[in-house]
Amino acid sequence: MSDNTQKSQPIEVRFRGGGFAPKSPRWVGFSVFVVLIAAIEIGTQSGFISSLTLPKPSDVLAAFGELWEAGLLFKHLAPSLSRLAIGGAIGASVGIAVGVMIGLFSYVRAGLVPLVAAIFPIPKIALLPLFVIWFGIDEASKYALIAFGTFTPTVVATYGAVDNVDRSLIRMGQSFGLSWFSIVRKIVLPGAMPGILSGLRISLAIAIILLVAAEMLGAEYGIGAYILQAGSLYDLERLFAGVVILSLLGVILSTIIGLVEKRLLAWRS
Amino acid sequence: MDIRLDAISHAYGETEVLRDISLEIPTGRIVCLVGPSGCGKSTLLRLIGGLERATQGRVLQLGTPPADCLNPLTYIFQDFALLPWRSVRGNVSLVLEDHGIRGARADAIIDDVLARTKLSDFSSALPRQLSGGMKQRVAIARALSVNPAVMLMDEPLSALDSQTRELLMDDLVALWTRQPFTAVYVTHNLAEAVRLGHRIVVLSRRPGEIRELVEIDKPLGERGYGDSDLEAIQKHLWDLMREEARAADEELLDV
Ligand SMILES: Nc1ncnc2c1ncn2[C@@H]1O[C@H](COP(=O)(O)OP(=O)(O)OP(=O)(O)O)[C@@H](O)[C@H]1O
Ligand SMILES: [Mg+2]
Repeated sequence: MSDNTQKSQPIEVRFRGGGFAPKSPRWVGFSVFVVLIAAIEIGTQSGFISSLTLPKPSDVLAAFGELWEAGLLFKHLAPSLSRLAIGGAIGASVGIAVGVMIGLFSYVRAGLVPLVAAIFPIPKIALLPLFVIWFGIDEASKYALIAFGTFTPTVVATYGAVDNVDRSLIRMGQSFGLSWFSIVRKIVLPGAMPGILSGLRISLAIAIILLVAAEMLGAEYGIGAYILQAGSLYDLERLFAGVVILSLLGVILSTIIGLVEKRLLAWRS
Repeated sequence: MDIRLDAISHAYGETEVLRDISLEIPTGRIVCLVGPSGCGKSTLLRLIGGLERATQGRVLQLGTPPADCLNPLTYIFQDFALLPWRSVRGNVSLVLEDHGIRGARADAIIDDVLARTKLSDFSSALPRQLSGGMKQRVAIARALSVNPAVMLMDEPLSALDSQTRELLMDDLVALWTRQPFTAVYVTHNLAEAVRLGHRIVVLSRRPGEIRELVEIDKPLGERGYGDSDLEAIQKHLWDLMREEARAADEELLDV
């Protein structure tokens, strides 16, 4: 505008866009694990980390191998997986159903939202004795605990997702004379699916936590029981072997949800 | 099938939005609604299509819609309202499924409407892959598939750039010329109004009342971009709207 801008050297405009769009290259996450484990291994081997603080990763692997060879791995894993599957499935499906109802019907909403808000902050583990009285010491009380624990976060995520479905799409459905049922099935549910799935991610992590808690309180076999046995003997190698199995379980479940999202939500690009 | 608005008034709580609107929408004609922002055009359209109930007055259908008409009063929305998880084809078939039209019968209808809107090559594309103009053509195809007796269009071209708008206006004129349809067309673009409207209804600022009815006799097919007689009508409409728009603008500032 003035003459001194004309005289001065042209300066390239500084780039200030970029960022805020995290991608996740596959190898990064993997190498974080590798580096961390290698560091612990070197630390424990060299004595820099005392063996009382952390077990050697190679010993943990050996404990894992023992578990495998004795055929105990599946003996512990099978009941845990079935508890997780049954309890989680009951909790998630009832949770989605109730969440959708809260999203659709005024009276259900008015009646249940305060109730869910009251139940949500209760640590469900505290209720295990109650479930044992109600459902017995066997599997049923474990299913109930896991189901109850996954139920509340699923409900909250689901009705939030239903509330967020684009109203203009629902109006469109009505304007074309679609039945109520069709609108729910073809517009509301697919529209709420992203929110429901991301809620499910959290619910399933909670399910794993509760699984271990339930098994610690009374189970012969199960990952939780295995960890408890190892812990009471201060057998850190086996304790860590159990913890690693839980982590892997969590990673596998979250990968499965990721795959489901990829399939069901391909339209989101 | 004609539509008659019989002394419609509407209020949202304390806010009076429409006052004493009486209007005929004759078969095979396009009626344009123009008026300043917030005067209740969209509200009136929702009342006509039965998406909302007027506080006073009635919307009447005169005569019965043709037998092959699946959804007599059909909207075309400004924001397209396409389901992002369904393909172009799926979006059209959505509105047929509920009428029990599936399989070969549905395919025939879908192929026909996609051809009429020049979308045949995109039938399996998802909405996010389409440009704005194409999305609105999908919405038009969807509306055509149910054989509407009356099309209710709320600023259907407002989200598009002006070149695309011209092209789509030509498409609409071509569709109408091939098979005249009845339409209520809401717009704030006066050029669209004089190009597509047989009858133009000018609403006052809120509460919306009918300020003036302008009839344009020139056939749609003969109207072109920048016709001088249309320009004259457009100028007249603009003069009517200008004071209303200015007053409406100042009113909003008071709130
Ligand atoms: N659901 C609603 N509840 C309360 N007030 C509303 C509702 N819908 C619209 N209004 C009010 O009614 C008035 C008319 O709204 P409407 O959307 O019909 O105007 P419009 O003529 O379509 O405006 P625009 O040109 O901006 O699209 C506005 O003042 C708006 O704030
Ligand atoms: Mg509007």
